[in-house]
Amino acid sequence: MSQDGPTAVERFLNGIIPENPTYRQILGICPTLAVTNTMESAMTMAGTVLFVLVCSNVLTSLIRGLLKPHLRILVFTLTIAAFVTIADRFLAAYMYDMSKVLGPYIPLVIVNCIIIARCEICAAKQGVWTAFMDAVGQSLGFMLGLMSIATIREILGFGTWFGKWLGWRVIPVTAPEHWSTWVIMILPPGAFITLGLLMGVMNWIEAKHSARAKKATVAA
Amino acid sequence: MKNSYIGQAWLVIVLSLVFGAALAGVQAALKPRIEQNKLNDTLGQIPSLVPGATTGQAETIGGQTVYRALNDQGEQVGWMIPARGLGFADVLDLLVGLNKDLSRVTGLSVLEQKETPGLGDRITEPRWRDQFKGKPTIPDLVVTKTAPKSDSEIQGVTGATISSVSVAGIVNGAVARLREGLRE
Repeated sequence: MSQDGPTAVERFLNGIIPENPTYRQILGICPTLAVTNTMESAMTMAGTVLFVLVCSNVLTSLIRGLLKPHLRILVFTLTIAAFVTIADRFLAAYMYDMSKVLGPYIPLVIVNCIIIARCEICAAKQGVWTAFMDAVGQSLGFMLGLMSIATIREILGFGTWFGKWLGWRVIPVTAPEHWSTWVIMILPPGAFITLGLLMGVMNWIEAKHSARAKKATVAA
Repeated sequence: MKNSYIGQAWLVIVLSLVFGAALAGVQAALKPRIEQNKLNDTLGQIPSLVPGATTGQAETIGGQTVYRALNDQGEQVGWMIPARGLGFADVLDLLVGLNKDLSRVTGLSVLEQKETPGLGDRITEPRWRDQFKGKPTIPDLVVTKTAPKSDSEIQGVTGATISSVSVAGIVNGAVARLREGLRE
């Protein structure tokens, strides 16, 4: 297989902002909407995806010479399912509270498109180091996406940030006459509203950015 | 060989076997811990369902698993029964707290339900569940549509008669089975 394609560092950086899974590729939207009402569940989900993506990308890259084109998706799914099940059992044993909160969303990481997309786009074609850096970069991008949404939802919905783990209160509990928490932010509609608004902000920044770049080239 | 089925699929077969073995290993290693977590979760409910109790001890009586609710000194102060039965939409999983001689209900909690949102799922609200606290177990609890007139009546959730009747029925059945089991 050809070795050209983005280098390890390019892959890593691309995953974080330019090809951000949440805001640019718009992949993995099911967990993005479902588990972002607290920072704890968002970080647990991001950590699970990091583990599964790194393991399956590295393994896929190692066996890429043996893959038969028409059986590759089967191998990807098998690999991902095995690592997701390991992560699911691990959470049930060592982080039982989070395992209960996330419920079916951990097993559902198996069908998270980000992971199978990285196996197909990067790991099946490039070396182990590149695949590893790609997995870490994409996972960090996914983590940023989840954190941005969860930050807004948890602060507006509960008045806290990392409330269950660190107990940080952002909005003082003693001022109910000035502020009451927005229950809608905890419920599913809050996820759609937040994601939609953030996506709009991201597109607006991008549009402004490219307009300025265009003006600069015209002027030059 | 190259074009035979095995020649094409050997990688899938090998990976399946390797992953299968790895998952079996993980499951075997972590299972005791996971079971312990689940047990602690159930035991953690006992203090809120049986006044004075701090922990519990599992036992099988009359074909169902029940917990003797124990206080700090290890004396039995009541019972907790994990009971399940059919609700309106799906299976209801309840925990029922009882005093020591099974004469009164001391608490009720809903572990799992998929009743109609906004109607049937109001059986999980403390205001409704708290009606069960202190109710006698003989005669059977009955659900009414109006404010309860006698001690053994529970006012049903408006618009969710079936969910309400199911909960009362599951409680009655669980208590009856335990009483029957203890008599043997």
